[in-house]
Amino acid sequence: MKKPQMRTPMRRVRGLGAAHSGTGDFWHQRVTSVAGIPLTIALIVIVIALLGRSHAAVVQILGSSIVAIVMLLFIINMAYHMWIGMKEIIIDYVHADTLKHATLMANTFFSFAVAFASAFAILKLSFGV
Amino acid sequence: MVEFTLPKNSKIAEGKTWPRAPHATHVTELRVYRWNPDDGENPHVDTYSVDRDDCGPMVLDALIWIKNNIDPTLTFRRSCREGVCGSCAMNIDGTNTLACTKAMDDAKAPLKIYPLPHQPVVKDLVPDLKNFYAQYASIEPWLKTTTATPEKEWKQSHEDRSKLDGMYECILCACCSTSCPSYWWNPDRYLGPAALLQANRWIQDSRDEATGDRLDNLEDPFRLYRCHTILNCSKACPKGLNPAKEIAVLKKAMVDRQL
Repeated sequence: MKKPQMRTPMRRVRGLGAAHSGTGDFWHQRVTSVAGIPLTIALIVIVIALLGRSHAAVVQILGSSIVAIVMLLFIINMAYHMWIGMKEIIIDYVHADTLKHATLMANTFFSFAVAFASAFAILKLSFGV
Repeated sequence: MVEFTLPKNSKIAEGKTWPRAPHATHVTELRVYRWNPDDGENPHVDTYSVDRDDCGPMVLDALIWIKNNIDPTLTFRRSCREGVCGSCAMNIDGTNTLACTKAMDDAKAPLKIYPLPHQPVVKDLVPDLKNFYAQYASIEPWLKTTTATPEKEWKQSHEDRSKLDGMYECILCACCSTSCPSYWWNPDRYLGPAALLQANRWIQDSRDEATGDRLDNLEDPFRLYRCHTILNCSKACPKGLNPAKEIAVLKKAMVDRQL
């Protein structure tokens, strides 16, 4: 909008056309928010149960099937929610192509790294590898 | 990239304080944004004193009184003076609204009056709304049918007609779109609440046969999905409409045709 342009306003508004996407992200954001409610409550209950326990007891609780599955679901759900949410924020505010692509990639790398590192930790406790 | 400060040539300076009318007893002060594209200077805020005993109750009355009695160079758009044309939309006391339906006594004195935010300024209180109008045109706001035109009228039940209530009243004053932070950051790619409300007005119209094409045209991460339900639009609307709700209806339609 700042540079003087000879393009008509309609040319700028139509731009590259509609991408025919976005609904997936929108729906997945809602699904992961709803899933986050019981999973967060479960996480809080688990953390409270861990308070004051010895290291061996903590390892045993976190390694038990139900707890490990809940923790894995929490992590995958949250990492996915965080990934979409941060992508939304980046495309809101960052418009320069290079910086936008770099931050979008960094967001993806970070979300996957956090998810996989956390999942690995839980699986290690469960299977004791 | 998002801008958090005004560009150097848009920084607002203190302007002139115009003398008050000598015999006025009941006076309201207005602090009005001024910018002249021809003098090469930065914008400034002028202070005017309006003689309330000689002037109507609305902010638009005050602006017209100033133009007639103090400063004929003050520039603003106005037409109907009763909230149906949308010309005198501006930022009054921090909120986008119509000067003609906003009473001076309903705002904190001195009244701060600025053009609609985040639009290029043509002069003083006149914003450049070319982009806004192009966005409205881009949603193709007319009835589209492939069925042959009936001999008389396209029929519509009372129930279907009532689905347009809350949308047909929109006067395209731009108060909502220019109050929306998402529209500030992406005015070229996000359609904004006004154009989206109008798009939904045609999508909900039972006589229109291009519903799917209309949804296709909106299904885009920017055009529709930059709305993050901030709700400034619904708060600003001087006609009491709820653009945020209409956008939610659009998003639901997008999901409905996939699930």
